[in-house]
Amino acid sequence: MNEHLLGLEYCSKEEIESMLKAGFSFKEVLSRPIPKVPTLRGKTVVNLFFENSTRTRISFELAQKRLSADTVNFSASGSSVSKGESLRDTIRNIEAMKIDMVVVRHQSPGVPYFLTQCTDSIIINAGDGLHEHPTQGLLDIMTLQEKLGTVKDLKVVIVGDILHSRVARSNIYGLQKLGAKVALCGPPTLIPVQAEQWGVEIFYNIEDAIRWGEVLNVLRLQLERQHSGLFPTRREYAHRFGVTLEKLRQVDKEITIMHPGPINRGLELEHDLADSEFSVILDQVTNGVALRMAVLYLKSGVSTTEQAISQKK
Amino acid sequence: MKEFNPTLAKEIFIEGGRLVDPENKLDFQANILIRNGKISAIGSEIKAEGCEILDASGCVVFPGMFDMHAHLREPGREDQETIQSGCAAAIAGGFTGLCTMPDTNPVTDSRSLVDFIKSEAEKTMVDVSPVAAITKGRKGEELAEMAELVESGVVAFSDAPRSVAHTNLLRNALDYARMFNVPIIEVCEDAELAAHGLMNEGAMSTRLGVHGIPGIAEDIIVSRNIHLAEYTGTPMHLAKISRKKSVELMRQAKKQGIKVTCDVTPHHCLLTENDLANYDTNFKVKPPLRTQADVNAIIEGLIDGTIDAIATDHAPFSPEEKQVEILVAPFGSTGLETAFPALFTHLVRTSRLSFEHLLEKMIAAPRKILNLEVPQLRKGNNANLCIWDLSAFRTVVPDEFYSRSRNSIFLTATMYGVIKAVINKKHIWNA
Repeated sequence: MNEHLLGLEYCSKEEIESMLKAGFSFKEVLSRPIPKVPTLRGKTVVNLFFENSTRTRISFELAQKRLSADTVNFSASGSSVSKGESLRDTIRNIEAMKIDMVVVRHQSPGVPYFLTQCTDSIIINAGDGLHEHPTQGLLDIMTLQEKLGTVKDLKVVIVGDILHSRVARSNIYGLQKLGAKVALCGPPTLIPVQAEQWGVEIFYNIEDAIRWGEVLNVLRLQLERQHSGLFPTRREYAHRFGVTLEKLRQVDKEITIMHPGPINRGLELEHDLADSEFSVILDQVTNGVALRMAVLYLKSGVSTTEQAISQKK
Repeated sequence: MKEFNPTLAKEIFIEGGRLVDPENKLDFQANILIRNGKISAIGSEIKAEGCEILDASGCVVFPGMFDMHAHLREPGREDQETIQSGCAAAIAGGFTGLCTMPDTNPVTDSRSLVDFIKSEAEKTMVDVSPVAAITKGRKGEELAEMAELVESGVVAFSDAPRSVAHTNLLRNALDYARMFNVPIIEVCEDAELAAHGLMNEGAMSTRLGVHGIPGIAEDIIVSRNIHLAEYTGTPMHLAKISRKKSVELMRQAKKQGIKVTCDVTPHHCLLTENDLANYDTNFKVKPPLRTQADVNAIIEGLIDGTIDAIATDHAPFSPEEKQVEILVAPFGSTGLETAFPALFTHLVRTSRLSFEHLLEKMIAAPRKILNLEVPQLRKGNNANLCIWDLSAFRTVVPDEFYSRSRNSIFLTATMYGVIKAVINKKHIWNA
């Protein structure tokens, strides 16, 4: 087992399976009257967020609190970073305060690996640039397993801005390692060059993707991309790549809709679709906490899941 | 950073070395006697007459190399490099001549800056040939005073590390430069296509989630520049090409007799985008490291003469700037101290390129492009040479650099070729 969680590309199938399994165990913990275990009591976790994030940070923070860890939040604005301190100095200073784990989000790809080179703490990647967002990939898979039993041979389409998506990369690696079939759907300008290296199908309109797939993992369209000329208008994007009830009804099969949030309603997803029976979007959010508990626990190096959880019972 | 201590070379007897001088088609065992900075005798029978003896047995002696693309940072960023420290690094790498690039602060675009560089260079063992900016402040807006700059002694013009974006302005520069016998050196990159890119656009950038610099950013400017060179008739030199496509375009251009030459860096001959797998910023260079197919094409181009010269693109940066996340790290690697051992080890020892070919690209070719005299191992010539033990090897470690900076793309590599001594400008430096 890797010491850190840098990305699903670097995890074995077995590691991914053990994190998912632990995720389900922790989900049970969350359903108890007092959803808290002493697993990480005495451990200190720093949430080092150099990029704005509400959901992922709250999800990690809740996971830490449910595990009884001591948590500290560090955000780039108003910190020493805005005074010009280097990343290396920042991490070494934080480490000097005796911490065990660092959850990091940064706009530059490779920062989690960079941190492993300048600290002895355990590093959990909470999103590095366009590279990976492994806990999101894991919670997406967990949600699919929960609803559909297994992801083996499941056909999952990732829809939208693949080029700028760390969620897409983590999903591709994670799903494929567990035997799922993955396709990408989006305008060619938003699909990275040589995406075929991943052994994925590529669709340039949502109808084809819906005909092929059983799951649509719809990414958030970052609106500022429009100004860099990657697609003409929101209107045209919504028309060609937006998921609507009407388009879903054209096929005679059950389709599951996921979205990592926050949603642009009316753009990538039709207004009510996120709240429909197709959607597992809120399950993703719930599972996110359990899955992150699992990751923090497994990476912390404390005893086995069964023991950790049964202490409370 | 190591201390650099050359001494005056009054009388030196270099004994028992293998002398190699591709320009003279020489490769033989002989002694060399140097008196007052000149080669006074060469031969196996000559003897030392009470002078300093330099034992070169088992070593190779060849003329000092020339780097036509070094960023020495002075004036402006003396914390990264100075003319003194850069020249010390050059000598330690076997380079007795180099071109300073104009991206100093202020930019080398006036006589006073050229005079300053030359006066600083006087104090070194290196023959320094300044390159001045094509446009004022390297802004790409209006021409620098090229005639005065030629009078003050620049050997070429370049806006390196930038390309001149406005084609009409570059065309004017080429037309204007026809009055002088100096080439225009262009770095070939379309700034718009390359914007935001950190590494080669391809399978690896997609995997790593790193914005890519597409190969066409180079191809388009190489093509444009070849057309401009053909149309204006002014000699043009394309610096640090990195693409198979560029090699093909150059091969074609040369066949058509267009006056265009080019160089590559050592790292583009040896490394690929895969070396960025761990986001190591020492591998973040421009042009970006490409693919194995590009590397193979470059070596092919070196062999068949399509690629004229090898230049280091020595680009020193402080650790504060370079040891940061890949998104903000500057592009560039130092190169003067590692160029020859890296190429000797990975191209010559592996029989991919002949020793003579390598020396030709690093001694005579760059000087010929710049209309400079080529040093030779010949009686009566100035002593301008370096002595290497090519059977010895060492590992590249930061503490052993003469450069003020440590951002070497070859850090931790073990390479054959350990320099013993360099003689130039009546001085000798013993390693």
